[in-house]
Amino acid sequence: MTDLAIETEGLVKVFGTNRAVDGVDLRVPAGTVYGVLGPNGAGKTTVVKMLATLLRPDGGRAGVFGKDVVEDADAVRGRVSLTGQYASVDEDLTGTENLVLLARLLGHSRPAARERSAQLLAAFGLEEAADRQIKNYSGGMRRRIDIAASILNTPDLLFLDEPTTGLDPRSRNQVWDIVRAVVAQGTTVLLTTQYLDEADRLASRIAVIDHGKVIAEGTKGELKASVGSGSVHVRLRDPGRRHEAERVLRGALRAAVQLDPDPVALTATVDGHGTDLGAAEQAARVLAELARAGITVDSFALGQPSLDEVFLALTDGAPVGEKDTAEGKGPVDGKGPAGGKGPAGGKGPAGRTRPADGKSTADGKGPTA
Amino acid sequence: MTTVSTGKDTRTADPDFEAPRAEELAELLVRRTRPPRPGALSASMTFGWRAMLKIKHVPEQLFDVTAFPIMLVLMYTYLFGGALAGSISSYVQFLLPGILVMSVVMITMYTGVSVNTDIEKGVFDRFRTLPIWRPAPMVGYLLGDVVRYLIASAVMLTVGVIIGYRPGGGLPGVLLGIALLLVFSFSFSWIWTMFGLLLRSEKSVMGVSMMVIFPLTFLSNVFVDPRTMPGWLQAFVNNNPVTHVASAVRELMAGGWPGVDVAWSLGWSAVFVLVFGWVTMRLYNRR
Repeated sequence: MTDLAIETEGLVKVFGTNRAVDGVDLRVPAGTVYGVLGPNGAGKTTVVKMLATLLRPDGGRAGVFGKDVVEDADAVRGRVSLTGQYASVDEDLTGTENLVLLARLLGHSRPAARERSAQLLAAFGLEEAADRQIKNYSGGMRRRIDIAASILNTPDLLFLDEPTTGLDPRSRNQVWDIVRAVVAQGTTVLLTTQYLDEADRLASRIAVIDHGKVIAEGTKGELKASVGSGSVHVRLRDPGRRHEAERVLRGALRAAVQLDPDPVALTATVDGHGTDLGAAEQAARVLAELARAGITVDSFALGQPSLDEVFLALTDGAPVGEKDTAEGKGPVDGKGPAGGKGPAGGKGPAGRTRPADGKSTADGKGPTA
Repeated sequence: MTTVSTGKDTRTADPDFEAPRAEELAELLVRRTRPPRPGALSASMTFGWRAMLKIKHVPEQLFDVTAFPIMLVLMYTYLFGGALAGSISSYVQFLLPGILVMSVVMITMYTGVSVNTDIEKGVFDRFRTLPIWRPAPMVGYLLGDVVRYLIASAVMLTVGVIIGYRPGGGLPGVLLGIALLLVFSFSFSWIWTMFGLLLRSEKSVMGVSMMVIFPLTFLSNVFVDPRTMPGWLQAFVNNNPVTHVASAVRELMAGGWPGVDVAWSLGWSAVFVLVFGWVTMRLYNRR
């Protein structure tokens, strides 16, 4: 059992009549990246600010490494670093000045502060910009100096509040690489994001927040499975054997199989019921059984629901209680009958945020940007 | 928030940058023992250094402690000198210490504006998550501002001497006067840090500051002897902290030892720090 870096119980923050955070329970294991996913205004930043001792909770309690964020705020501050939504560095000062200033405030002597900032600037590719004011930095450079400032003293817990919002794809990848490297050194990262793709790539557990409440929580796999799981799409050489193939699929997957309008195509859901096998393994078994039955398969694709689908299904108001039945999502997100997520489209809500269809081949990853 | 922008999007991410490799970062992040936390004084001085860096990068902000005070000295000396004291040179002996106090007290009001604009920026969130003495960022501002007050005092005294001010107390008297003024201004500025945190916009800070600063500086004995004023006004003027400070500074620079006024000035200073310092820190922690 790992230690908990963060533990909150019924955390509440009210701004006027708006319950920005409305009873949030989080348990973040130490040494991992924990994603907090939600649309703008969901309460993500407010949660982070309470955990970072910037805001006082109006209800509930929150602890960081077992220390209460209100009672023991000073102890918490000694172990966390915050990289806020807008660059948490002084725009008017240069890169070096910012890092030296913060290093001095963390107790480093003047020479040690200079040395440490030079090291970090070099490691983050900012040597040439060291003597430029931050306001002349590009978005990606700001983020890097911001993260560098957060690890002047290696924090035990790093808050990254929407670290890649507004960055171009290359800068975003650079930030992701840095985050992975930081976590590899044992720092716990709490990452808020509105990009599902980002949570998918970095986080091991994810909480989905909307209207100040956690509406779903779990590993990426659990979240995806909760909304429906993946689907297997098979194209046969011989349309005459489709019914035979349907029986094989149904037997192997114990799930609904849909006959597509295309006379050689079938689609089946892979939802992991009654088996420990992952979707890819189940799909492999389907292939093997089709081969054993002597049915020729021309093409084969395994699609996983993207987090987009998860997210939209959840934030569109799908009752969370229904999440363990694949059928339950039908009426909610308008996807039609079970398994109707075939490549032919008809995915409804998912298409609203991203034109990409959230599918790729057997590696099960979402679309890459 | 106000000054961001120029050219921030003109550069794209530098394509050559590669995130540090895991081993490289491991070296950077080795859990060497953290240095001991800085003391209250050290943290405050570091924030004071930040204020100096800001002056270095935006020297135009010194306009209000150079050109503005010169203008005040010249304007009031030549405007009122003849009428109030019969001659410019005799009026400047009375006016200069007073106008010095008035200008510096007026300049303190920019503290509120800079706190207000700064607090909205992300960097303040970082400061507030640091394990340091809580008032350090605020004290740092005020220490930075003390340097500005010092510049203003030097500029005004220089102009004063050029137009005929001859302090009877010589250098020691002048230095004592400035020291008292700096102590008072530092303490008085806590009012502005409070407003800077309390009010929502820069404009409202300016507005409220004017409401406070004008009566406080004009309804004092800076320009004229209060004995010519109606009784109710005298009551206010004689108990105005600015009057005490102006009297004390005037006497100190003239070579006297105004014990009572010095005591009043220091007493007011203590009250300002205790009351408004406390309110400031409450607001700061609450935000």
